[in-house]
Amino acid sequence: MIRLPLLPRHRQIGLGIILLLLIVSPPFLSSFLLSLLTQALIYGVLAMSLDLLVGYLGLPSLGHAAYLGLGAYSVGVLTTRYGANSWLALAVGLLLAMAVAAVFGLVALRATGVYFLMITLALGMVIWGLAHRWVSMTQGDNGISGVPRPDLGLPWSFAKAIPFYYLSLVAFLFALWVLWVIVRSPFGQSLVGIRESESRMRTLGYNVWLHKYIGFIIAGTVGGFSGVLWAYYNGFVSPANMELATSVEALLMVALGGRATLLGPAIGAAAIVFLKNLVSVYTHRWVLILGAVYIGTIVYAPEGIAGAFTQLTKGVKPEPLRSKV
Amino acid sequence: MTDPGALALSLSGVSKAFGGLCAVDGVSLDVTPGERRAIIGPNGAGKTTLFSLISGEQPPTDGRITLFGRDVTRLPPHRRAALGMARTYQITNLFPRLTVLENCLLAVQALKPTKFHLHRALSRYPGLFERARSALEAVGLAGKDGETVRNLSHGEQRQLEIALALAGAPKLLLLDEPTAGLSPAESHLMTGLLKRLDPAITILVIEHDMDVAFELTKRVTVLHFGKVIADGLGDEVKANPLVQEIYLGRE
Repeated sequence: MIRLPLLPRHRQIGLGIILLLLIVSPPFLSSFLLSLLTQALIYGVLAMSLDLLVGYLGLPSLGHAAYLGLGAYSVGVLTTRYGANSWLALAVGLLLAMAVAAVFGLVALRATGVYFLMITLALGMVIWGLAHRWVSMTQGDNGISGVPRPDLGLPWSFAKAIPFYYLSLVAFLFALWVLWVIVRSPFGQSLVGIRESESRMRTLGYNVWLHKYIGFIIAGTVGGFSGVLWAYYNGFVSPANMELATSVEALLMVALGGRATLLGPAIGAAAIVFLKNLVSVYTHRWVLILGAVYIGTIVYAPEGIAGAFTQLTKGVKPEPLRSKV
Repeated sequence: MTDPGALALSLSGVSKAFGGLCAVDGVSLDVTPGERRAIIGPNGAGKTTLFSLISGEQPPTDGRITLFGRDVTRLPPHRRAALGMARTYQITNLFPRLTVLENCLLAVQALKPTKFHLHRALSRYPGLFERARSALEAVGLAGKDGETVRNLSHGEQRQLEIALALAGAPKLLLLDEPTAGLSPAESHLMTGLLKRLDPAITILVIEHDMDVAFELTKRVTVLHFGKVIADGLGDEVKANPLVQEIYLGRE
C-alpha cells in the first residue's frame, strides 16, 4: 500500500453510492432494518480495529471482544451509576481500552501465530470473567440496564433510532478515517513489513516489538470505541457482549470481508450482522451457518469479499499482499 | 593489538554453541574502516552463523563484539543497524509480496524517526522516495519499481538484497554470498556492482567462489569448523598448506 494511488475511479463511484444510500435510506427503512444497519456500523468499527492486527500486522487475535466490553462497561457503569456526561464516558472508555491493551500487549506480544491466538483468547476471558464475577461493579450476569442514549451537548437528541443511526454513521466514518490515515502512514507500512518478514525488519533497523506494541494498543483503543457505541446503542451491557463468540465473529468479519483492506472487514461486519439476524428468524442453529460461512470463505475466497470483488472487476487475481495475513 | 576504537569491527574470542556443536569457536577478528575482507571456508564452517552473531540475530555464547569502538555484544539487531551496520542474506530474505519500491522504502525509512509517523501518508515524504529510487538505480533495478518482488528473477532479487542493505547508507556491510545461485554472467555483473561501491564502506563478504572472493578483496579469513585457520593476503592464504588441505584434500 505504499504507492497509495487513490482508489480507482469505479471504486470511488461504488463507495460513493454506498455512502449515499447509507445517508438517504434510513427514513424509508423499517425500524428492524435500521437497527441492523446501526449494529453493522458499530461492529464495523470493531472489525476494522481487529483488521489492523490481523490484516496489517498478521496477528490473529481471539480476544478482541474484550475491548468492546471495556468500552461498553465504562459507559454502562459511568452513566447509570454516576450519571456521567457522554464525553467523559467516551474518554474513559477509550482510555480504559488503551490501558488494558497496553498491559495485555506486554504479555501477548511475546508470542506469534497460534500461541498469540491462545494468549489473546485467555486474556479476553479474563475480562469476560471480571465482568461476570465482579458483581458489585458490573452486576454480574444480570448486566447493566438503563444506559441512556448519549447527550453530546449538541442541538440534536440521539434518543430516537434515526438520529442515533446518523451518530453511529459519523462515528464509523471517523474510525475509518483514523485507521485509513494510519495504515497509509510510514508507521502503517512498517506494520506490513513486519507481517511480511520480521527478521528482515529487525536487521534493517526496526524495533519490531515496539511497532507491534503500538499497533496492538491502537487496535485495542479503537475496539474500545466500538464498545462505547454499543453500550449507547443497546442500552444494556452484559458479559454476553464479550463472549468468545463475539471475538470469533469479529475474526470472521475480517476474514469474510478481506484482510488488510479496512473497508472489507466493515462489509464483512454488515454481512455477518444481517446474516445472523435474518437466519436466526428461521433456525436456532445460527452457529452452524457461521461455521459454514467461515469454511466457505477460507476455501473459496481466501481474500474475502474485497478480494473476490477485485478479481471480478479487474479479471485478475488480487495482489495478495494487500489482503493476506 | 590495534586500538579497538579505531576499528570498524572487532571480535574477540566469539563463540556460538548449539548444544554440543560449536558452530563458531573462539573467533577473533579485527576489521579496519574501509577494509574489504572475505570470509571463506567449506560448507558448515560457521560463516553465516558468524554473520548472525555480528548482526545480533543470535546472541554469542562467549566473547565480545565491538562495532566502531562500541561494545555491541548484548545489543539487539535494530540497535546495531542504527550504528551503521547492514547485512544481506545468502537465502534471499525480502518482502516477496510487496513491490520493489515498497521494499526499498521500508529499508530507507528504517533508521529515520519518520518511521513512527502515523498521521500522514507515506507518499507525502518525497525524500524517502528519492532515496529509495537512487538505491534501486545503484544496483541496476531502476524501472522495476512497481514489480512485485516474487515475480522478479533470482538475479534481480539478489540485486534488491544489496539495494535494501545500501538504502540505510551503512558504514559496515555484511554480504552473505552475494553471488549465490547466479549464472556466471549475472555473477560477473554483481561483482562489478560490488566493486563500484563507495570505498568508504567497510565490507565483509562471505564467498564460496574463491575467484570472486579474490576479485573483491585483498584480505581473506578462512574459517573451518568454526575456527579461524588462516588470515592474510590472498596469495599467502592460497599457499597455506592447511587451506590447501581443506579445499583440495590431503595428498
